Amino acid sequence: MITLLILIPLIGAVAVTALPRNCSRPLALLFTLASAIATCLLWFRFNPGLGGLQLIERHAWIPAVGAEYFTGIDGISLLFLLLTSIIIPFALLAERRERSFCALMLVLQSALYGTFTAQNFILWFLFYEMSLLPAFLLIRMGGGAYSSRSATKFFVYTFLGSAAMLLGFLAIYLSKGTFDFVKLAQLAPKGLVSGPIAWVVFISICFGLAVKVPLFPFHTWLPDAYTSAPTGVSMVLTGILSKMGVYGFARLVLPLFPQELKIAGPWLLALAVCSIVFAALAAWAQTDLKRMIAYLSVSHLGYCMLGFFAVASGSSHSAIDINAALSGVFMQVFNHGITAAALFYFAGLLEKRFGLRGVDDFGGLMQRAPVFCAFMSLAMFSSLGLPGLNGFIGEFLIFKGSFTLAALASSVAALGLLFTAVALLRAMQALFSGPLVESKSPFPELTARELAVIAPISILMLWIGITPQFLFNIFNSSVVQMSRLFS
Amino acid sequence: MNYLALLKLVSPEAILALAALVTLGLGLGANRLLPFIAAAAGLIAAAAAIFALPAHASLAHGMLVIDPLTSLFKVVCLALALFTILSASGRPDRPNNGEYLAMILLATIGLLILAGTEELLMIFVGLELTGLSLYVLCAFDKSSPRGAEAGLKYFLFGSTASAFTLFGISLIYGMSGVTGLGEIAAFIGAHGMQPLLAAGLILTLVGLAFKIAAAPFHFWAPDVYEAAPVSAAAFISSGSKVAAFVVLGKFLITGFAPIHGGAGWHALAPGWAPLIALLSASSIVIGNIAALSQTSVRRLLGYSAVAHTGYSLLGLLAGGSEGFGATLFYTTVYAFTLVGAFSVIAAMQRQGLGDKITDFAGLRAKSPLLAGCIVVFMLSLAGLPPLPGFFGKFYLFMALLHQGQAIKLLWLVILALAGSLVSLYYYLSVVKAVLVDETPSPRVSLRLLERTSIAALGALILALGLFPGALLQRILASLR
Amino acid sequence: MIAWTIYATFAGALLLLVLPRSAARWLALLTAATGLAVSCAAFFNVTDPGTLKNIVQIPWIPSFGGMSFHLAADGISLTMAVVTGLTGVGAVLFSWNVHRRQNEFFFWLLLVIGGSYGVFLSADLFLFFVFYELVIIPKYLLIATWGSTNKAYGAMKLTLYSFFGGALVLIPLIPACLSAGTFDLQLLSVHVFPLAFQAWAFPVMFLGFAVLAAIWPLHTWAPTGHSAAPTAGSMLLAGVVMKLGAYGALRVAMNLFPQGFQSWRGLIAILAIIGICYAAAVALRQRDLKFVIGYSSVSHMGFVLLGLATAQRLGVSGAVLQMFSHGVIAGLLFAVAGRMIYERTHTRDLFALSEMKLNRAIPFAAFTFVVASAASMGIPGFSGFAAEITILIGLWHAYPVLVPVAGIGMALTAAFTLRALRFSFFGDKSPAPPLECLPITLAEKCGASLLMAATLAVGLYPKLLLDRILPCVDAMRFLKP
Repeated sequence: MITLLILIPLIGAVAVTALPRNCSRPLALLFTLASAIATCLLWFRFNPGLGGLQLIERHAWIPAVGAEYFTGIDGISLLFLLLTSIIIPFALLAERRERSFCALMLVLQSALYGTFTAQNFILWFLFYEMSLLPAFLLIRMGGGAYSSRSATKFFVYTFLGSAAMLLGFLAIYLSKGTFDFVKLAQLAPKGLVSGPIAWVVFISICFGLAVKVPLFPFHTWLPDAYTSAPTGVSMVLTGILSKMGVYGFARLVLPLFPQELKIAGPWLLALAVCSIVFAALAAWAQTDLKRMIAYLSVSHLGYCMLGFFAVASGSSHSAIDINAALSGVFMQVFNHGITAAALFYFAGLLEKRFGLRGVDDFGGLMQRAPVFCAFMSLAMFSSLGLPGLNGFIGEFLIFKGSFTLAALASSVAALGLLFTAVALLRAMQALFSGPLVESKSPFPELTARELAVIAPISILMLWIGITPQFLFNIFNSSVVQMSRLFS
Repeated sequence: MNYLALLKLVSPEAILALAALVTLGLGLGANRLLPFIAAAAGLIAAAAAIFALPAHASLAHGMLVIDPLTSLFKVVCLALALFTILSASGRPDRPNNGEYLAMILLATIGLLILAGTEELLMIFVGLELTGLSLYVLCAFDKSSPRGAEAGLKYFLFGSTASAFTLFGISLIYGMSGVTGLGEIAAFIGAHGMQPLLAAGLILTLVGLAFKIAAAPFHFWAPDVYEAAPVSAAAFISSGSKVAAFVVLGKFLITGFAPIHGGAGWHALAPGWAPLIALLSASSIVIGNIAALSQTSVRRLLGYSAVAHTGYSLLGLLAGGSEGFGATLFYTTVYAFTLVGAFSVIAAMQRQGLGDKITDFAGLRAKSPLLAGCIVVFMLSLAGLPPLPGFFGKFYLFMALLHQGQAIKLLWLVILALAGSLVSLYYYLSVVKAVLVDETPSPRVSLRLLERTSIAALGALILALGLFPGALLQRILASLR
Repeated sequence: MIAWTIYATFAGALLLLVLPRSAARWLALLTAATGLAVSCAAFFNVTDPGTLKNIVQIPWIPSFGGMSFHLAADGISLTMAVVTGLTGVGAVLFSWNVHRRQNEFFFWLLLVIGGSYGVFLSADLFLFFVFYELVIIPKYLLIATWGSTNKAYGAMKLTLYSFFGGALVLIPLIPACLSAGTFDLQLLSVHVFPLAFQAWAFPVMFLGFAVLAAIWPLHTWAPTGHSAAPTAGSMLLAGVVMKLGAYGALRVAMNLFPQGFQSWRGLIAILAIIGICYAAAVALRQRDLKFVIGYSSVSHMGFVLLGLATAQRLGVSGAVLQMFSHGVIAGLLFAVAGRMIYERTHTRDLFALSEMKLNRAIPFAAFTFVVASAASMGIPGFSGFAAEITILIGLWHAYPVLVPVAGIGMALTAAFTLRALRFSFFGDKSPAPPLECLPITLAEKCGASLLMAATLAVGLYPKLLLDRILPCVDAMRFLKP
């Protein structure tokens, strides 16, 4: 079942490349629809009451080096899979692009499915790396002066990070003889690698994932990459590719290095707080809308990291708080994915209409295109964390959990909330209200097509904001299981 | 032994002498072809006569020895002479053609004598007969000043070398009282080595070293190879070398076996081995380095002949039937290769081309047969498989290292391999001119005789490369 | 049955000399494809890959213990035969447009292929050496006649280095065979040579073989030679001929002199790792695309030598896997650089290429180069990763301190590959329109697809090869327990 899910987008990519150009976008959308259906089927077959891996598929692959084709999902994986199935079609619908764009998106989707379901490091690494080149090429498609440089920066950073991860896991393999995540999690409490090497391994794996999330100070590739990439690519980058890093922390670091996390906790918390606060400050200072949203992404993902590190190194062992923090992290992952993607979508719409995306290039849009502004405001308020919208749930839960676990860090991090609010409100004011900017071309309202794309997302945002329970049910048992590690 | 039996034993030489006279006579006539036919017929008849010889015979203390080895090499020399005649047939309008062919036949008689004797005086007679005929052949072209220079050099060098040889032989005779090689060996075994005997050995070696063009007695070789008439050069490079090595081998290995000595690295033992090692090493080094800067292919072949002498001497250094067999195999293959190369040069000369490397450019377009064959010959000389040159060198190294103190002789192998590496460069420059160069050239037509002889030689070299065992086994069997 | 790879290739070569021009390339393709088919058939049907199984044994030259025409194959030989077949077919397909002196071109090409099959299948040391030296002259002529930049110099340098390597191999080979009394590889690999002999014989012989595998610092012939060669020449040279050296080092040097190997393997590992990093660093500075790829070949072969030096079962198996993988990858890289780019743009200068928007002009070539670059960088899913990770695991057991250095090498490899990829296909800063050039032909597409499929198949399922390689490596006597 899972293999089928991974294969569908790949087959789609081949089909898109082979068939003539004009049907590439519809064909790609068809395949993403198929994969979305497959994901829903997985959801139905998934039993949320159980804690461990389900729908497991295991085949021998390279026994000599301990690599095995081992896939399975638990609640966390399923959440990420659902997110992928939503974001990719959203990105494809965001703009009309040529055949190679569609094909690369499909390959990327397959790589993401694989990353979120693989339970053996070599297999996981295969899919992780498989996403690098398509992402690189997709970022380049943005054109403009910076796109090739940013794409290269992205690639080099991520490649170095993954090389570090590979070496770290090789050390674990040589120490314990297995690449299997499940087995390693069982062996972890006694320490996977002995001696000072353990710290080297821990740091290299953390480095590799920190680059992907990204965590301060390894985030410098992100603003350039997100800004110079085409709209659809930015949506995918922020919506789901950055979540690979979060998933990596959840799957690779938290279960496998409990001792080291406890010791290194304060430092990591400090990094997470820096991410939150500095990125939000930087977002406030931006005039380019896309760059602002990029920095906001860093900040929002910082909350996820705050939650993780607070749980791992926290002073109290209260199960409720740990559960809350972890649930908050995963909610934030899902919600931020949708919200940030929506924000980039709107930025893309603005750019398409005017050719500009500076915050100060527009003004008084509320008078010209009220519906557009309404939807965009919805997304922006969600990103702010307004109660009733989906963005609030995750942030609230994270802070609720982290305050007891790591009070100082959370207090400082709350500043980030403030700065985020300032940045977004300033942007909204500059874009929507205020005097009309004189220009010859009228600003067209949201077309029917665009409405059809954005409406479901907005409804989803509202729905999750009001009744988040259906999402909780997916990953609750897994969160409970995870929290047992730390309580 | 009555006269008729004696005549039977020397029938090959006798037939050749007769053929020489007949050719001389026919050369006076009007028909240009008859002398060639006569010469060729004489050679073929002599070869047939060899097959009719008994397997073993010995005459007058080893003055004439008939055993499988001598018969085999007599046939080889006759074959080389036949190919020379075929090559010479490309110029039927040569002035004094009859004399030319007769000289070749006379030289062949000298070679047969050399191949079939184990006695010092007959060795000298053979050397002189061969030498005098070859001096004349070398200077045969009266219109060429360089040919005359080459002939004169050859003659002067050769005469001096003969003087050395004679002096050496006389010393050996004087000290040992015998002239047969086997008897000399017995004498040394019984009485040990004496200083004058050693002097005699060295002086004789000088003469023989001249004949095989070993450095530092090689100075005649480049000039002769370059300036003599092409077929004469072919014969000098092939036939006289083969016979000279047969003689040298017998002289050292049969005649002076007890004082073999050793030429190991930091392990020299007194005997003739260090001398041969010195000759070999200097030949390899001087021959290869001098050949690097040559622009004339014939001169290049001359210097490379010096180098190949160096390689062949390694087998003699090894001693024993293995080493001698290795030397003979290498020299035979080398001889046929050189006859082939010179035949190609003769064919090119007939088309009006010179012998510089640049004249070889575009040969591929002019005549694929010539191009293919010259490439085969050059690569065999360079020592690349699957050609016999490679196997010959390999076998020489094997024989050299099969001795007890094998590792000590490794320095010679390393030197030989280094020489081969250097030689690859200049042989490739010829191959490059032939195959890589793309000067547009019209196709040329060759005479049937030329084509067949060159093709036959090319095929022979290829066959020897793929199946060297056949020839090697014959040589080894004849040495036992 | 696999001996037919040799016979068919040489027969095809000879036939080429007499057939008319129109049939030349089809005959060459047929011969190469036959070789590939036979080697794949033998590869997949092998029953006991760990043992060297006799195929043909005919006495040839009976002296000094007897040299025979003796062919035998085990898993490693079959793997190398398959990569020879793949690269051979690819080379022929990418030379489909050679017009000048077609018959001769394919003749020399087939000789290289046939000689390579011969080396991989020989079980008699003399026969091995004959085939090993046999490919030297065809290499020379291919480069000198049909090559491009600096062909005379590049050809001569390559040839002289190869001959020098062969001479180095010959020096200890003769005493070894004489003292063991046989040329048979199987008998030699169980013969115990005295330690004093091994102490010098091993380094000389290994160095001789390693020259052809472009060991640092004797690697300088490789970038020059490969750049000067025509496309098919580069594909075969980098893809197969360099592996002859590594195969010889494994099958002959390491197997015959295990104690010598143990004493020298540290130095070999150091030279290998220097080669990896140095070549990658130099590649980062090159302006000529083919030189970048040439240096990348040196770097990848460094991994092979590193794997061999570990003397661990995984390290050595990884080295053989890398031999296969790099054979295919180098073929792809040179095919794109030479056939697809150079013949259309007549330049290999990266800065010039970056103005041509080649990803729009020849998108198939862009796709192929992306795949080839990914494989070369060691991205999982392609054969390069499978090989490198196996080598790294072996390296960790043997010389753990070298693992991070190897990591640096891999990072440098990613850097220069990405740079080459960017400049050659994706440099779209110039306002000029994409270059007008001929579309990619069917022959090129078939060749590229074949090689890409191979690297992908082995990358996704390396067990295919490892199942046949590991038993052979386990049987070798130089393995450290």
